Amino acid sequence: MLGFNALVSIALLYGAFLFSVAFAAERRAAQGRDGWLRSPWIYTLSLSIYCTAWTFYGAVGYAARSGLEYLTIYLGPSLVMIGWWWLLRKLVRIGRAQRITSIADLVSSRFGKSSLLGVIVTLLAVVGVTPYIALQLQSIAQSLDVFAARGEGGWTARDGGSAALWSAVGLALFTILFGTRNLDSNERHHGIVMAIAVEAVVKLGALVGLGIYVVWGLGGGVSDMLARLDASPIAAWEQSGGRWIGFTLLSAGAFLCLPRMFQVLVVENADESHLATASWAFPLYLALMSLFVVPIAVTGLDILPAGTNPDMFVLTVPLSQGRDGLAVWAFLGGFSSAASMVMVATIALATMMSNHIIVPMWLRSRRGGAMMAGDVRAMVLTARRASILGVLGLGYLYFRLSGGGTALASIGLVAFVGVVQVLPALVGGLFWRGATRGGAATGLLLGFAVWFWAMFLPSVGDGTAIPAGVMQAGPFGIDFLRPQALFWTGGLDPVLHAALWSLALNVAGFVAVSLASFPGPVERLQGAQFVGVFELSEGPGSWARGAADAEPLLVMAQRIIGAPEAQAIFASHAALQGKEGRLPDVTPEFIRALERELAGSVGAATAHAMIGQMTEGVSVSVEDLIAVADETAQIMEYSNRLEQKSAELGRTAAALREANAKLTALSVQKDGFLSQISHELRTPMTSIRAFAEILRDDGLDEAEQERFAGIIGDEAGRLTRLLDDLLDLSVLEAGQGLLDLRPTSLGGVVDRALDAALPLRDGLGLHRDPELDRLEVVTDPDRLAQVFINLIANARKYCDAPRPELRIVWNPAVHAVDFIDNGSGIRPDQGRVIFEKFSRLSDAGKAGGAGLGLAICREIMTRLGGGIRYLPGQGGGVFRVELPPSPTSETR
Amino acid sequence: MARRVLLIEDEPNIIEAVSFILSRDGWTVHTHSDGLSAVERVRAHPPDLVILDAMLPGRSGFDILQELRGDPATRTLPVMMLTARGQARDRDLAMRLGATHFMTKPFSNAEVLDRVRALANG
Repeated sequence: MLGFNALVSIALLYGAFLFSVAFAAERRAAQGRDGWLRSPWIYTLSLSIYCTAWTFYGAVGYAARSGLEYLTIYLGPSLVMIGWWWLLRKLVRIGRAQRITSIADLVSSRFGKSSLLGVIVTLLAVVGVTPYIALQLQSIAQSLDVFAARGEGGWTARDGGSAALWSAVGLALFTILFGTRNLDSNERHHGIVMAIAVEAVVKLGALVGLGIYVVWGLGGGVSDMLARLDASPIAAWEQSGGRWIGFTLLSAGAFLCLPRMFQVLVVENADESHLATASWAFPLYLALMSLFVVPIAVTGLDILPAGTNPDMFVLTVPLSQGRDGLAVWAFLGGFSSAASMVMVATIALATMMSNHIIVPMWLRSRRGGAMMAGDVRAMVLTARRASILGVLGLGYLYFRLSGGGTALASIGLVAFVGVVQVLPALVGGLFWRGATRGGAATGLLLGFAVWFWAMFLPSVGDGTAIPAGVMQAGPFGIDFLRPQALFWTGGLDPVLHAALWSLALNVAGFVAVSLASFPGPVERLQGAQFVGVFELSEGPGSWARGAADAEPLLVMAQRIIGAPEAQAIFASHAALQGKEGRLPDVTPEFIRALERELAGSVGAATAHAMIGQMTEGVSVSVEDLIAVADETAQIMEYSNRLEQKSAELGRTAAALREANAKLTALSVQKDGFLSQISHELRTPMTSIRAFAEILRDDGLDEAEQERFAGIIGDEAGRLTRLLDDLLDLSVLEAGQGLLDLRPTSLGGVVDRALDAALPLRDGLGLHRDPELDRLEVVTDPDRLAQVFINLIANARKYCDAPRPELRIVWNPAVHAVDFIDNGSGIRPDQGRVIFEKFSRLSDAGKAGGAGLGLAICREIMTRLGGGIRYLPGQGGGVFRVELPPSPTSETR
Repeated sequence: MARRVLLIEDEPNIIEAVSFILSRDGWTVHTHSDGLSAVERVRAHPPDLVILDAMLPGRSGFDILQELRGDPATRTLPVMMLTARGQARDRDLAMRLGATHFMTKPFSNAEVLDRVRALANG
């Protein structure tokens, strides 16, 4: 008979074995011999962390309690793998393109790199998954208790608790060792994935082995077993259709949203094509896992005394027959299920916590301080390790506090409904461009709140978190807020009830707020890149790392730095690599060297973006675009100072050609915003390039040279202003930048604006309300003047009266300054549109601006706490600038 | 020999650049910067070649092109579209409407010159 020491020794030996497997895998990966580590089979096996201790032990228990319903837990993921592979493929593609590190990162990136969404998803995941981790620790403790209960080997059931503690410590060490060895940008962990793959085989072997024993060893073969099944109470269980469908969909959603599943599905994915194998192999794995569940459950109910915990049938059935070897194997299978789930879930949660909460807080706390790269790296690693300890600590704490009494399956369902709240934002974000940050945040918070109230709190235990009175009558007697009968929908299954209401409100909030709000520029760009990820990247092969050939790189380099120079560089690198020909291998060193060479002539950002696009197929972000155009403008201003034609102008033209090629590439993207930016940038660049070329030619007299250089300067200035506007707008939209609020004379601001927009007071008759001089408001004078300047300049540009006039009038009734001109105004249906970006009313380019002015005005006034509106039907153009109801005082 | 080019464009600096390049090469360049009256202008003083911007005040260059092609008097007049809208679908649209050539901004001066010579003489 097996004693405590023997069992613990076996567990420790198994742990050491996993350790050496992980270690060997890491070493192979470090040496670059990771070919078979990246096989689709390893990927498929790593997905098996879906089968936690909950499915390993709990499925049998579930079957013994509720019949075949346990199958829904396997059906959901199988449906996802087989039927939703297109969604998975999109997830994986985006994960690679955007270097996504976690599901929180994905949601945050999609909605304009919103830090708020990152925090919300992280918190949701921590609250939802902590009980799930506790569940794993509990299963280890329980399984040890089963062995202890036989009273042999001199140990007692109480040791289970300390076993949970030591397991937690051991898992934390293992996870820290292999989960935070390096800070790779793509966050892959070969060692841990390999260990999981081994564990996947062990747990499948354990269940199948036990199943074979039960069917052929105990049951007398398949036909006898079928007869037993018919006779058992399981066959007689009534199945509820609603629960079947509900649970299947729930587990399908959770499969996508569980942080650990996202980690192995997307983050650890080495190759998109692995999905093809996994899409049939993983459902097969799940089918094998579930094949013998019912026979084991039936046998347990048959041969074990009534009242035996069915969650532990996997151990108690072989033990009751004296099959210690089989029982130990099953124990190792259960241990594997628990350990692999805990490791990956912890890594995923720790990545989210450190990336979205700890590191941002730390960076903010030392804003302005000098920062070294190594400094941040050490900090991130420490944060990651601390998060791992924190997550496991929380799991252990929950295990101790909850007393480990609840049935395994119910905790799992609580976690499922919790994480599934991310699904609307995730799927909406992938397929709906109109989804906005506000919508995602609203949906998530609503769903989270309902889940917390209707499911999480009640799950802690009857009367523990929510008093029994509140459960019965609702908080403060508000009966439609009863946790398990929201809006008078009592009588539903509690899980379905919570899932239904939380998801319904989540989706409703998400859609409604998305429809009502406008995405910012970064958000819109990210949206386009996520939704259109397949249009942006051509062939399926374009994502393989380092896929660039030397040939196209040479072509590009020749275009930028000239053919002889480029060929010399390539040839010298080929010689350095000891190669015969003129083309070197495209090694990382070579790419870096080439990038440096190119950066010398087109600027670092352009070089980086171009190389990135050619070698990794990385799509271009708006930041890249702005950086590229910025460089162009700088180069232009620099060359503008040169009075004579020179080599610099040649380089400038080359840089402009490249920027133009880039813009052409970008304009292929269908996103209207980008093509607008592209169009707006091209117009000044056209003049700059044309005159730069003219200046290079001979035969210009000095006056012409001066004049053309002047035009180049003007247009470079226009380019810069456009970029400033874009940046200004994105800063405002991101809610960054400080306001300089102080008591300000409104009249003074109006005068400043008039001086800037109308220095000669020409071309526009003016009537300026003297009342303005008597008013003082608390505001940011520079920002307010910016708004006024825009309105005055617009009146001057667009007012179509024969003798244009502008009246600037204080309107005390609405606490606003009205700008009234005598033109024909704006068509009524366009009154709202004009505040959108790039919304010049006619496609006439009379404006000279980019159509960003009023969008900026709107953002500024929103930040100042007021507003700006166009008033229709006033017999002229009327813009009303509403000031916040701050204490306005009159000065004399 | 054909020597008259009509440039329909509303950006003053681009007008100046194109005029300079072509005048230096011996062309007579007329300019027109309003979309609404552009077709009348072409009919009133038919040039040998039209360079047409796409985004004009009052009326789009594509519209103007379409009307020119619908009129037997201007059906074969060489029209070169010169536009900052460089997307493939803009090019397709221009060619379908009957543009003789399509060129994107920013352009190379030499290329514009070559094209103008080829179109007006051909």
